[in-house]
Amino acid sequence: MQAEFLFAILLLAPLIGFIINGLRWKSKNYLLAGSIATGAVAISFIAAVLVVMKLFGADAPKAVTVEYFKWMAVGGLEVPVAFVIDHISALMVLVVTGVGTLIHLFSIGYMSHDERPSKYFAYLNFFLFNMLLLILGENLLLMFVGWEGVGLCSYLLIGFWFSDKEKAAAGMKAFVTNRIGDAGFLLGIFTIFFLLGTVSFDEIISKVAGMPVEVGWSGPITLAALFLFIGAMGKSAQIPLYVWLPDAMAGPTPVSALIHAATMVTAGVYMIVRLSPLFILAPNALHVVAVVGAATAVFAATIGITQFDIKKVLAYSTVSQLGFMFLACGVGAFGAAMFHLVTHAFFKALMFLGSGSVIHAMHEEQDIRKMGGLKKYLPITHATFVVGWIAIIGIPPFAGFFSKDEILWKAFSSPLGHKGLWAAGVIGAACTAFYMTRLMALTFWGKPRFDEHKTHPHEAPPSMAIPLIVLAILSAIGGFMGIPHVIGEILPGHPGNWLEHWLAGSIAAPAGEAHGSAIMEWILMGISVSIAGLAALLAFSFYVIEPDRPKQWAARLPGLHRLLENKYFVDEFYFERIINPLVSGSKALWAFVDVNFIDRATFVVGDFVRGMGSTARTLQTGNMQQYALYISIAIALMFVYLLEGPKRLAELFGG
Amino acid sequence: MPINDALLNVGLSHYLILSALLFTLGLLGVLLRRNVIVILMSIELMLNAVNITFVAFSRYSPTANMDGQAMVFFVMTIAAAEAAVGLALATTIFKKFREVNIRYFEHLKG
Amino acid sequence: MLLSLIVFMPLVSAILISLLPKENWIRPTALFLGLAQFVVSLVLFAQYDPSTPALQLVEFVPWVPALGVSYFLGIDGISFWLVLLTTFLLPVVILGSWTAIDKKPKGFHIALFVLQTAMLGSFVAMDLVLFYVFFELSLVPMYFIVGIWGGTRRIYATTKFFIYTMLGSLLMLLAIIYLMFTAQEVLPAKQMTANILELYKLDIPFIAGQFLNPQTLLFFAFSVAFAIKVPMFPFHTWLPDAHVEAPTPGSVVLAGVMLKMGSYGFLRFVIPLFPEASEHYAWVFLFLGVVGIIYGALVAMVQPDVKKLVAYSSVSHMGYVMMGLFALNTYGVTGSIYQMLNHGISTGALFLLVGMIYERTHSREIEKYGGLAKVLPIFTILFFIVTLSSIAVPMTNGFVGEFLILLGAFEASMFFGSLAVIGVVLGAVYMLWMFKRMFFGEEGELVSDKKHPLHDLSLREMVVMAPLIVLIFWMGLLPNQFLQYSKVSVEHLVSTKDAYQLSIHTPQPESDAQLAFGMKFFKSVAQAPEAK
Repeated sequence: MQAEFLFAILLLAPLIGFIINGLRWKSKNYLLAGSIATGAVAISFIAAVLVVMKLFGADAPKAVTVEYFKWMAVGGLEVPVAFVIDHISALMVLVVTGVGTLIHLFSIGYMSHDERPSKYFAYLNFFLFNMLLLILGENLLLMFVGWEGVGLCSYLLIGFWFSDKEKAAAGMKAFVTNRIGDAGFLLGIFTIFFLLGTVSFDEIISKVAGMPVEVGWSGPITLAALFLFIGAMGKSAQIPLYVWLPDAMAGPTPVSALIHAATMVTAGVYMIVRLSPLFILAPNALHVVAVVGAATAVFAATIGITQFDIKKVLAYSTVSQLGFMFLACGVGAFGAAMFHLVTHAFFKALMFLGSGSVIHAMHEEQDIRKMGGLKKYLPITHATFVVGWIAIIGIPPFAGFFSKDEILWKAFSSPLGHKGLWAAGVIGAACTAFYMTRLMALTFWGKPRFDEHKTHPHEAPPSMAIPLIVLAILSAIGGFMGIPHVIGEILPGHPGNWLEHWLAGSIAAPAGEAHGSAIMEWILMGISVSIAGLAALLAFSFYVIEPDRPKQWAARLPGLHRLLENKYFVDEFYFERIINPLVSGSKALWAFVDVNFIDRATFVVGDFVRGMGSTARTLQTGNMQQYALYISIAIALMFVYLLEGPKRLAELFGG
Repeated sequence: MPINDALLNVGLSHYLILSALLFTLGLLGVLLRRNVIVILMSIELMLNAVNITFVAFSRYSPTANMDGQAMVFFVMTIAAAEAAVGLALATTIFKKFREVNIRYFEHLKG
Repeated sequence: MLLSLIVFMPLVSAILISLLPKENWIRPTALFLGLAQFVVSLVLFAQYDPSTPALQLVEFVPWVPALGVSYFLGIDGISFWLVLLTTFLLPVVILGSWTAIDKKPKGFHIALFVLQTAMLGSFVAMDLVLFYVFFELSLVPMYFIVGIWGGTRRIYATTKFFIYTMLGSLLMLLAIIYLMFTAQEVLPAKQMTANILELYKLDIPFIAGQFLNPQTLLFFAFSVAFAIKVPMFPFHTWLPDAHVEAPTPGSVVLAGVMLKMGSYGFLRFVIPLFPEASEHYAWVFLFLGVVGIIYGALVAMVQPDVKKLVAYSSVSHMGYVMMGLFALNTYGVTGSIYQMLNHGISTGALFLLVGMIYERTHSREIEKYGGLAKVLPIFTILFFIVTLSSIAVPMTNGFVGEFLILLGAFEASMFFGSLAVIGVVLGAVYMLWMFKRMFFGEEGELVSDKKHPLHDLSLREMVVMAPLIVLIFWMGLLPNQFLQYSKVSVEHLVSTKDAYQLSIHTPQPESDAQLAFGMKFFKSVAQAPEAK
């Protein structure tokens, strides 16, 4: 089939779904709304698969590109509405539409009791449309359109239950924080445009191909890379702009799964991978990316240890995992970042949906202190959740093991890597294992801590169970697409690293020799797996075997516990140090600059004129004789002027 | 200097000086006096000072121009009219306020 | 002939309205006349040739030959959209004020139509004196609109508005006179002239780094006049007062069109007449533009009154326009023209929406609202779309303008360009915060008042909003369709601004059947266009 046609279906199906559901927004028929939306995304998925098929084969093109019309053409700026599926966006588009379909399906059951299911599905479809624009857009500007569009949908969906002030506020926080990133993204676009004269990915990559690697901080490419990374920080919730993501859990749980775990938040990683030939020329910018990524990975993971809201734990986990992806980008392992992006999409979507199933079963209860022992009530959810758990803590041969280990290995061995980065990654992985085990323990294992007579948890309906099972399977086997060489060699048939091969032509690699040998790789792999395993065991002993121990430890380290429980007081800091001063400063601007200065100044001018008027007014007495006197004096002066000339007049007045 | 001589030597400038003196007297009267009647008389004085100038210039004009003489008639007519109107106003105001002070002419002001 | 028809049709309409005997005929008649003038202005699409930067549809009749003043109209890519914006907003405003204006409807509509003539006139006048006449004429009806149909502090507001603007334009008048005399001395014709095409040929002496030289002084005289009108920080304080006190239709016209007369003035007169000074002092305007963007946004954020918030957002948006103009490159100027239209549409729409809710509750205090989304869903959706346009989300019109302006500003000055990007964040902050407080959360005291339940938008109100909403998306999705009309003119201006010349497009044969009637009517008034 024609590529133009397929792309049109791929993009327009969700948009049409949005319009249909949007027009019948008042309808309460969740089944119909859900079917339309799910169908739209499924159609999109099929179209995506059909396009991606074109990339396979011996003489397949490297990319399928279509162009529809010119969006904007001003001066040297030409922005066509053009889309591309190449080896990078192919992965992403399949994940987004595939996982998207599953989450849509899950939503039908989850939103069955909601007042406005049509509106919900309309937003969800609109999100997908924007996400596709972001992924498929052939130029930076089109990507930006999708970039802001997904932010908007995220805003709408976080604040979906807007009658709750907190939730509306969370939506706004997300949008504004993202906007800070977007501002950086815009500056990045400008820098690139004025440097290279184009915004098309294809042309950017071909133009930077011959450029030398920049040293120092002030080069244009470094600047552009840093600006773009600010954009990525906002969208992908990195320090210091991560604060919106935990709050974003105010939205319906499938939204958290789709937008705030699997797809939208990975857009930053995707963008950096997409522009990897540009980033690789700016090693200093990459160092920043790596350090921020590693810091976020550890920072968010430590917060995750003390959270009690099931979704918040997962949210901090997402922030932390995104940190891993940026760590990978920062050390030049763009393939590893992409790999982790895909596996993370599987297992994190799975866990979010699982938590949705739990919350649904517990009648909107999200506090894990009030759960426990759900294993017997929710067998399917538990089983799938276990798969996700094993995957995320990195136990072989589940998906997370392969991708996380590749990142850690690259952080160690890449020419851009550093032992410190590797160590940070391992600490992050250990914390991850700890809090995930804790989450499992408090939610599913141990004794129920809720009233079993009042609450009757019930297993999810099939429409919710099927996505869980599919995602569990993907989480289990997803890692096999990127088997490391050292493992591949010992396996029968010597499977190669398919993903590396697939991405090889599309992404850049750092110049220079990788250090470290195969033995080293085995050793490091052993270290990271065993540390993660130990951390998981520790958590198991803390929360299942001796449930009193956490409290003792919290009492022993009160300062640390308080710091973690309050998320390092970052929100408070932002509020006290940035938002409050901004608001009171603006009030001061209004009161002092506008009202008391500018207005006062204009009044002074007015008063001056009025004062002159009232002075002049005293001359007008109405006394005829006085007027006659003025006239006489004036006539006399005129005579003097006529007779003596201006010179004499000047003398008379001493001028 | 004998008087005769002086009389014979009366020239244009003498008339002008006289006229200027009269005009200044009239002007001062208009500016300084409060009595309406006196002010009107002072105006007459000024007009007549002008008349003297007209006549003098006419007399001493090398071409014996009679325009000045003619103008004097106009001035006198106007002066008569003005005196009539002025006095009538003064009388009316006097009847109303029993005053001839110029201040009572200011009541029209806003 | 077409331009004269467009300019004076509203004036004739005003006379017609003044003759109407019954009060309840006024609004339908006014709406019909407003629509009629919009339809007439659409003929521009057929007559206007976007492929040339030359002045088109020219009409030239000597007015005061001794002073070189003439009745000289023309249109090019710079004024094309502004004329259409003006004619487009009038019927919207009339329908929008259907119930809002309850006293003296006749006088109100007469003022509205006279204002229309003045605004249209100043966009197409190609003679400085003629421009000045229209520019000042526009003050008079607006003075009455605010002063008679305004809120409680209307007299204060309208006087402030009038005097502020008047002060600026007097400086401009002096500058115009100076220019006319210079033309007499310098130009080969040795004849005084106010013809802008002739004045473009002047080479006014400029000394960089010195303030007291003719071009700098003239530049600032014109600039202050237009900066007050725009209004640019720090000349903006008349705007919030005028907007808050003005009735809804007054605010819409004020924000939608009148402010553009200022920015248009920069583009038509200041930059081409004083190119060296514009370039030399561009940083002043870039700086004040940035300050305006950030300052306007910050002050808007803390406003308790939603209408005042929108007014301050105008200051912020017009800051973008100023930045784009003084970026002095194609991106910036194109973006500015686009942003002028955007601002006219989205701020106009915001004022209309605020007016609609004000009609229901008689309050504009943000704190008293809350939870409107549940009670007035359609109103909420429309308000949200307009909000998105105002904060420049892609796929709405606002994004195209803002993006181009920032791109241009970034090219002109990386420092100011980067600073201006802060406005992108702050724009979202103040609009969404207001939106959150008014529409989300629990129902506020005005919303939960069971004695006066709120009704969602009526059919009339939806009809008012529909064209604006359509334009928001149309301009956002297919900007090229709009940009192509101004493209050539802007490129011509930017590339030749140091020796800017406008030629006159050869007039088209007068054979348009659609216009036959109108032309017959106007034939006695004006003569056939002739090139000088």
